[in-house]
Amino acid sequence: MNLQISMPPVDTAADRATRKAQADAAPKMSIRNLDFHYGSFQALKHVSFDIAERDVTAFIGPSGCGKSTLLRTLNRMYSLYPNQRAAGEILFNRQNILDPKTDLNLLRAKIGMVFQKPTPFPMSIYDNIAFGVRLYERLSQRDMDERVEWALTKAAMWDEAKDKLKQSGMALSGGQQQRLCIARAVSVKPEVLLLDEPTSALDPISTAKIEELISELKADYTIAIVTHNMQQAARVSDRTAYMYLGEVIEFGETDQIFLRPARKETEDYITGRFG
Amino acid sequence: MSGRATGIYRRRLWINRINLAMSMGTMAIGMLFLLWILAVLFRNGASALSPTLFTQMTPPPGSAGGLMNAIYGSVLIVATATLISTPIGILAGIYLAEYGRNSPLAEATRFINDILLSAPSIILGLFVYTVYVLYVGHFSGWAGSMALALIAIPVVVRTTENMLRLVPSSLREAAVALGAPMWRVILMVTLKAVRGGVITGVLLAVARISGETAPLLFTALNNQFWSADMNGPMANLPVVIFQFAMSPFEDWKALAWAAALLITMTVLILNILARTVFRQSSVR
Repeated sequence: MNLQISMPPVDTAADRATRKAQADAAPKMSIRNLDFHYGSFQALKHVSFDIAERDVTAFIGPSGCGKSTLLRTLNRMYSLYPNQRAAGEILFNRQNILDPKTDLNLLRAKIGMVFQKPTPFPMSIYDNIAFGVRLYERLSQRDMDERVEWALTKAAMWDEAKDKLKQSGMALSGGQQQRLCIARAVSVKPEVLLLDEPTSALDPISTAKIEELISELKADYTIAIVTHNMQQAARVSDRTAYMYLGEVIEFGETDQIFLRPARKETEDYITGRFG
Repeated sequence: MSGRATGIYRRRLWINRINLAMSMGTMAIGMLFLLWILAVLFRNGASALSPTLFTQMTPPPGSAGGLMNAIYGSVLIVATATLISTPIGILAGIYLAEYGRNSPLAEATRFINDILLSAPSIILGLFVYTVYVLYVGHFSGWAGSMALALIAIPVVVRTTENMLRLVPSSLREAAVALGAPMWRVILMVTLKAVRGGVITGVLLAVARISGETAPLLFTALNNQFWSADMNGPMANLPVVIFQFAMSPFEDWKALAWAAALLITMTVLILNILARTVFRQSSVR
C-alpha cells in the first residue's frame, strides 16, 4: 500500500476511512485490560483500546488522569522504577510487551519517545543524533552524515542546524532543542513515536512547527501524543482517548469526540465545563 | 497602604537588617582567621622560599638544604592515592546513584561511606599500619598512598553520587528511550553531563589528602634522603613540617614554613581550579 506517498497534505475523510479500515484489520498496538500501580496507588484501571498504524492517537484529560502513565507503559519506561508495575496486555506487532521476557532495549529502539521538556544530551547536535543510531547500526562516516541530515530534515531542523552541527545541543533555543529531540527519536527509524506533551514548554511558533511536523511524520510513523491542549488534540490527531481518574471514558475518531461526544463527561471536559 | 501594613513592613525591614548584620559579622570573623593564617604563613614562609627548595634534599640540622625529596615523595604518594581512589570512588558513586538507589545494599554502602567520610584520619593511618605496615615489616610509600586513598575514596563517592543525582531523570529516560543499555546511558550521557562536578570532587579530594599528616606518620614515615622507592619509607611534606617545625633548629623551622606555604598554595590552586575551570560543564 502506497499510503505514505500518495497522502495529500490535507487529510480527507476518504483517507481516514481507508486508514481506519486498515487499522481495524491490524492495530499497531492493542491495549487490553491494562492496570497500572504506583506502589499501592492504582493509576490506570482496565484500559483497553487500539492504536492504529500510521495514525495519530491523542490522549487527553485533566492532570493526574493517567494519560502520561499510559504513554510510559507503551515503551515500558516505567520499568526503570522498581515500585511501578503494569498488568494486562499491550500487544505490539502481536507480541505482549508486558511479558517479563521482553528485551526492553530492542523494544525502546522500535518505540521512540519525546518528552515534555527538551532533553538534549550534553554533546554536539551531530552526536545527539548519532548517539542513538550507533546503538544499533554501524555506519560509515558518510552514511552517518546522511542519516543525521535525514533526521534533522525530518524534524524541520536541517536549515537551522546544518552550519552548527559541532555545537552543543544544549545551546539551542527551547523549540530547536525539542525538534532536535524529535530528530533524535526519528533517526533510529522507530515504528511508533510517543510524544509526552511535546509542546507544553514551547512558544506558539515552535508549537505550530511541531504540530506541522506531527502531521508529516504520521505518513511513516504511528504516533501517540499526550496533550493538555485540546485544540492541539483536535488539530493533529485522528483518534482521541479521553481519560479521567485512570479510566478511558471515551475513545473514538477525533471529529466524533470533539463534535459529537457520546458521553456527558467528555462533552463537559472538551467544552470547558469540567469540574 | 494602611498604618498596620506599614508597621509590619518596618518590622520586616529591621529583622532583615539585623540578620544581614549578623551574617556579615560571622563572615568577617571567618575571613579574619583565614587571612590571619595566610598572613602568618606568608610572613614566615616567603622568606624561606628559594630555588634550592626544589633542588636540594632535606638537610641535617645546621646545614643548608631544600625539600626536593619531600616534594617528590608527596607528589608520588598523593598521585598514587588519587589513581587508586578515583576509579573506586567514581564507580561506587555510579552504583549508588544509578543502580543501587534505595536498595538495602546501597543504603548500607551509603551509611558506611558516611562513617568513613567522617572517620579521623589518624585511625585510617593506624588501620593501614596494622594490616599492611606490620605485615610487610617496614614503612613505605605504598602504605602512605593506601591510607590517603582511604581518606579520598568517600569524598569522591559522595560527590559523584550527589552530582549524578542532580541529573534530571528526564535526561536519563531520554537516553533509555532510544534503546540504550544502562551502562551506555551512564557513560555517555549522565556522567558526561556532570563531568565537571565529578572532576571537582576528585580535585577537592586531592586537596584534602595533600595536607594529611597523621596517616602518613604511621605509613610512609619520612626519609632524610632521596628515595623513589615506593616500597621504602618516603619523605613527604606534611611529615617534614611535623618534624621540622617541632625541632629547635632555626633552619629546619624555616624549611617547615616553606613546606607549609607550598602545600597551602597547592591546595589553594586546586580549589580555585575546581571552582572555576571545571564548574562550567556541570548540569544546567
